[in-house]
Amino acid sequence: MTESFTPTEMMTVAASRALKSSDVCFVGIGMPSAACNLARLTHAPDITLIYESGTIATKPAILPLSIGDGELCETALATVSVPEMFRYWLQGGRITVGFLGGAQIDRYANLNTTVVGPYDKPKVRLPGGGGAPEIAISCGEIFIIMSHSRRGFVEKLDFVTSLGHGEGRDHRARLGIKTKGPTRLITDLCVFEPDPVTKEMTVVSIHPGVSREQIDSNTGWEVKYAAEPTATPTPTAEELAILRELHARTKRAHGDQA
Amino acid sequence: MSQFMSLAAAVEANVRDGDVVAMEGFTHLIPHAAGHEVIRQRRRHLTLIRMTPDLIYDQLIGMGCADKAVFAWCGNPGVGSLHRMRDAIENGWPQPLAYEEHSHAAMANAYEAGAAGLPFAVFRGYLGVDLPKVNPNIRTITCPYTGEKLATVPAIRPDVAIIHALRADRAGHVLLEGIVGVQKQAVLAARRSIATVEEMVDDFGERSPNTVILPSWTVSAIVVAPGGAHPSYAHGYYKRDNAYYKKWDEISRERDSFLAWMKANVLERGPEVFAEQRKRLSFAMAGAP
Repeated sequence: MTESFTPTEMMTVAASRALKSSDVCFVGIGMPSAACNLARLTHAPDITLIYESGTIATKPAILPLSIGDGELCETALATVSVPEMFRYWLQGGRITVGFLGGAQIDRYANLNTTVVGPYDKPKVRLPGGGGAPEIAISCGEIFIIMSHSRRGFVEKLDFVTSLGHGEGRDHRARLGIKTKGPTRLITDLCVFEPDPVTKEMTVVSIHPGVSREQIDSNTGWEVKYAAEPTATPTPTAEELAILRELHARTKRAHGDQA
Repeated sequence: MSQFMSLAAAVEANVRDGDVVAMEGFTHLIPHAAGHEVIRQRRRHLTLIRMTPDLIYDQLIGMGCADKAVFAWCGNPGVGSLHRMRDAIENGWPQPLAYEEHSHAAMANAYEAGAAGLPFAVFRGYLGVDLPKVNPNIRTITCPYTGEKLATVPAIRPDVAIIHALRADRAGHVLLEGIVGVQKQAVLAARRSIATVEEMVDDFGERSPNTVILPSWTVSAIVVAPGGAHPSYAHGYYKRDNAYYKKWDEISRERDSFLAWMKANVLERGPEVFAEQRKRLSFAMAGAP
């Protein structure tokens, strides 16, 4: 008998399992932050988490609301300036995994967090790239976590904020980029990995209780599936308990100043 | 040499209509009290540079102080949109806002180039993305040694940089620690600078030799403004007011509620509101979590 869990919990747990204790991970805020800290609190206790505010090997007890909450600095091994973070640590090639989210994604895992509609006359002005354009090319590989929806999973991006596999195949290499780019895309329905040749994101694992029809109808392109997608293992009771406790602690800490 | 001044006098002396202004502080130590003073003094036609515009520029833009913004990430961190900035970009309210958009890496490098007295910054970035298509200031250079194509952006050289720091000593040196962002670079890149601080001390006393110090001859004006970073935070003094960031979403969503809030909390008040917030959020009062 398995405990019940939400699709978001499934997504966060699946994302956390992608991380190893030996990883040095550049953490985006929001869902990436929850997944990375869950990994640290479960199977990857020695993972090095880095936030672009300059905090290295941080061990927050609660999830930060921003990438620069005091909690991150107080629990970090060291805190460096933002130019140093981007020049030495990110551009210098010291980060193994970058963990990103986005508003829009395409089949080659290019991301848009800039605008919906034309750039000069946007229908919706989104926050923009922040650190993502360089995270996407300088980290050894990229994991992406995003809720699955037709609005977010689109045939064509309105704007390419950060590069995934570009137009596919060897596009990254042709641009002179040596890193792997997106190797995993974790949603609340399934897990994608890039096809080894075309680099199109391909479903390799489907979450419990999710149908292919559900994946198809929430994706704006014709989804490719691996020959035999596996079933994503359900979250364990321990993973769920630790994740829920992390969220509860965070809520208490963020709410207590109201 | 830096001069101790009131907040009003420091802004009066250093921020002029039409200036290129950088108010920095990466989530930590955002100079909100100074931002409010710029609004009270009704500065106009500013170009506002900041890696993450945050609430401070949402307020300045919504009050019509800015003609242009230069930025990399214009959200309310962990909450959502900056509604006033979006309204200016999407609907031209209260006036149209021109903008020049970069990545964090580009702006961090551009500040460093400004501090280093170089005309531009060079870095590995912007590969395969659309920003260079819409921002003509993003260009490339070929490395003369390896042939690698690298991105360039112009150095940031603000007319005035405004930061919030932890302490100043009587000699007018300024100290900051914790998440130090790009503040040192912004001050050294700028022609003039204002540092608001939590407190003035006789002497900095025992400290790490690597503490970030801005010597008095690099800062134009120092203002003692306790709580001046609220709702961001000051390491060792008070914590980030995350509830306030969430509340801002509601306050700023509509023009009327925004203007009413600005009138009651900024136009009709002074820097004392920040001291009140510090008292409420200080570690001693609230108890560290």
